[in-house]
Amino acid sequence: MSGRPADVQVGTELPEQTSRVTRADLVRYAGASGDLNVIHWNERVAREVGLPGVIAHGMLTAGLAARAVTSWAGDPGAVVDFHVRFSRPVVVPDDDAGAELTVRGRVAALLDDGRVRVDLTVTSGGEKVLSLARAVVALS
Amino acid sequence: MALDAGLVGRSYPPSAVYEVGREKIAEFAAALADPDPVYRDAAAARAAGHPDVIAPPTFAIVLSLGAGNVVVDDPDVGIDYSRVVHGEQRFTHHRPIRAGDRLVATATIDAVKTVAGNDMLTTRVDLVTEDGEPVCTTRSMLVARGAA
Repeated sequence: MSGRPADVQVGTELPEQTSRVTRADLVRYAGASGDLNVIHWNERVAREVGLPGVIAHGMLTAGLAARAVTSWAGDPGAVVDFHVRFSRPVVVPDDDAGAELTVRGRVAALLDDGRVRVDLTVTSGGEKVLSLARAVVALS
Repeated sequence: MALDAGLVGRSYPPSAVYEVGREKIAEFAAALADPDPVYRDAAAARAAGHPDVIAPPTFAIVLSLGAGNVVVDDPDVGIDYSRVVHGEQRFTHHRPIRAGDRLVATATIDAVKTVAGNDMLTTRVDLVTEDGEPVCTTRSMLVARGAA
């Protein structure tokens, strides 16, 4: 298939991806995913439950991380396994800039059947927000 | 309150059929600001070898959220949802989810443990077509923070 990376080796780096997440993006993701948890859109409730403010859906962060892999792989259908562990909330301020999310990735292992394991590092404000983010991609 | 280890393996009745729609996939891709045409354009998807538009790798959360609620709502599980955070999520794709799929979700409790007063509940959701073809397996780990 077209667009897939050639000459992939252990250590091959994915293009770095930077996204901005605003409150409007959280509303859009809430509707699209069906996750209407109040802490993702209501500052008052978020603070009442001990959060520093409105936080992004973990699965929005995960989805943006997966996007870095699918755009590199060329075919999103090539992602056969995707696994994330959430370690730190992404606080989304009530302004136009929102929160910044940076995704870096590298090929960590060559598996059998033309599959590779990609390990991602996902940060916001310089802090890791996922303690594990890993994809298995079928490249052949 | 510690979760009962005897819950492991408990399975819940299959969901109603969920029909995956093209517009829902496009809406989900837009929420991820992902412009990939295979999420919107059936011709582009076919050119990439798929029968119809496919869904992003994390789309299955739409179905697993709903299916997982039967576990959280189980009185035997007794988890306090107001103290729950999403700890971990995994998707294993047997093939991409695509428009037109008619999927049934079955939830099973995979693991429970209590660490430092926090309850951790891992629910597996098997997504299969109504004809029984496996499509995706999701695993969600929820953490219920212990009362301070």
